[in-house]
Amino acid sequence: MQYMLLIYTPADTPRDASTYGAYMAFTEELQASGQMVAGDGLEGIDAATTVRVRDDETLLTDGPFAETKEMLAGYYLVDVPDLDTALGWAAKIPGAAFGSIEVRPVMVYDRV
Amino acid sequence: MVEEAVSRAFREEGPAILATLIRQVGDFTLAEDAVQDAFAAAVATWPRDGVPERPGAWITTTARRKAIDRLRRERGLADRIERLAALAAREGSDPLSADDADLLSDPAAGGLTPIADDRLRLLFTCCHPALSLEARVALTVKSLGGLTTAEVAHAFLVSEPTMYQRLTRAKRKIAAAGIPYRVPPPELLPERRDGVLAVIYLVFNEGYAASAGDRLVRGELCGEAIRLGRLLANLLPGDPEVLGLLALMLLQDARRDARTDARGEYVALDRQDRARWDQGRIAEGTHALNQAIAARQPGPYQLQAAIAALHATAADAAATDWIEIATLYAELDRRAPSPVIRVNRAAALAFAGAPEAGLELVRPLLDDPRLSAYAPLHAAHAELLRRTGAIDAATAAYDRAIAATANAVQRAELERRRAAV
Repeated sequence: MQYMLLIYTPADTPRDASTYGAYMAFTEELQASGQMVAGDGLEGIDAATTVRVRDDETLLTDGPFAETKEMLAGYYLVDVPDLDTALGWAAKIPGAAFGSIEVRPVMVYDRV
Repeated sequence: MVEEAVSRAFREEGPAILATLIRQVGDFTLAEDAVQDAFAAAVATWPRDGVPERPGAWITTTARRKAIDRLRRERGLADRIERLAALAAREGSDPLSADDADLLSDPAAGGLTPIADDRLRLLFTCCHPALSLEARVALTVKSLGGLTTAEVAHAFLVSEPTMYQRLTRAKRKIAAAGIPYRVPPPELLPERRDGVLAVIYLVFNEGYAASAGDRLVRGELCGEAIRLGRLLANLLPGDPEVLGLLALMLLQDARRDARTDARGEYVALDRQDRARWDQGRIAEGTHALNQAIAARQPGPYQLQAAIAALHATAADAAATDWIEIATLYAELDRRAPSPVIRVNRAAALAFAGAPEAGLELVRPLLDDPRLSAYAPLHAAHAELLRRTGAIDAATAAYDRAIAATANAVQRAELERRRAAV
C-alpha cells in the first residue's frame, strides 16, 4: 500500500543545516529500504499562492489556503506492506519530534 | 433445543469463528456478514437436518461459502479474483474440511492452535492504537465478547445507531488505512500488549463504576473483561502483566456485591461486609498474582493487584497490612508519578500509623491549584491531621473534603468522620 506522510511543522521553524542533515540521513535510510516512492521539502508559506476558480474567473491570493500555526513543510510517499510500517517511518521523520506527521493511505481507484 | 445449540455456538464459538474468517477473507465487514449468514443458515437447516456434531466447524465452513457467494455478487473489488481463488483452495471435497476441524481443536492442548492465533490477531487488531480509544473498546467487546450491537450500545450507554456507526467507522478505518491483521512483531509487541491491557481494564472499569440503576446491564462488562483477561492469559501464557491485570480484575470484582448496601448505595472499603466478598474470585485472583510474581518482572498491574490482594485477604480494615500497601503505592508512584497514587499512599501511611510521613507527602500536593477540589486529597489530609492530634486543622480539612464532594453517600461518610474527630 502507498501512504503519503505529510509533514506539518510550526510556520516559524528555522531551516538550518542540522535540520537539513537530519532529513538527508532519514531520506537515505528510507531510500535504502526500497520503500520510498517520492519525497520533497516545500518552500515556506511566504512563497505560496492560492488559486480558486469561481464563475469561470481565476482568483489568486498571496499566501496559504488557510492561516494556521502549522504549515505543510514537505512529504514522503512510501510503498509499504501495512499501516504499522508507514507509522514506523513517520515516527522517524525529523519533523515528528517538533511538528506532526499525518499518515494518509493513497486511494486505490479500483476500490471506489 | 436447536435454538439453544445455535445461541450457544454464537456465544461460545462466534468470536473464534469470526477471527478465523477475517484472516481467510481478509476483510472485517465481509467476514462479519458471512458469519451472520452462516448462523442464519443454521437456524434454517438445523431443525430439519439436526445439530451437526461440530457446530463451530459447520458454521466456519458455511460462513466461508457465504463469503464466496458475497464476493461473487460484489463487483469492482480489485482483488476479488485473488481472494476467490484463495478461498476456493481451502474448500475440500469433505463439507467439513480437515482444516476447520483442526482449527476448532482444543486450545488447551498446549501451544497456540491456529484458532487461538486468530483470536489473538483479532484482539490486537481491535486494540490498534490508530483507532480511537472508544472505538477500540467497543470493537473489542463486540468482536471478542460475542455481544450484539444492541447489547454493546446498552452497556456503553449510547443509542444503537450511534454504536452501529462507531463500529462501522472503525471497521472502515481498519480496511482503508491498512491496519494489519496480525499479532505485532516482537519490536512492537510490548507496547501493543500494554494497549490491549489498557482496553480490557477500561471495559472492566466501565462495568465496575456503573451506578446501582444500571448495574445489571453494565456489570456484565466486568465479567466480559475478566473473560478477555483469561483469554489473553491463555494466548500469551506466563506474561506477568497479563496475569497481573487478570488478578487485579478478579480481586476487585470479588468485592462487587459488597460495594452497595440494601438500598443500592455505595459502601466504602473499610465498612464493607467482608462475608459478602467472593472467595472463589479471591482465590483465583491470588493464584494468578502468585504466578505473575514468580516471573520477577514487576509492572503496574501486578503492583495494583498486590494491593488489592492485601485488602482481599485481610480479616478487617484494621488488620490490613497498610505498611506493605504504602510501599506498593510508593513503587507505583516511582514508576509512573501521579498525585492520585501519592494521595493513596498518604492515606495508607495514615492507617499504617505513620501520619507524619503521610503529611510530608501531601504538603506539596496541597499547594497544587489543580488539586484544590480533589476531595480524596483533603480527606487523606484530614485523617493524617487527626492522627497527629491536630483536631481543629483536621475538622477544617474535612470541611474542604465535604465541600469538594458531589456524591451524597460519600458526603455522608465524610460528615460521619468529621463528627468523630
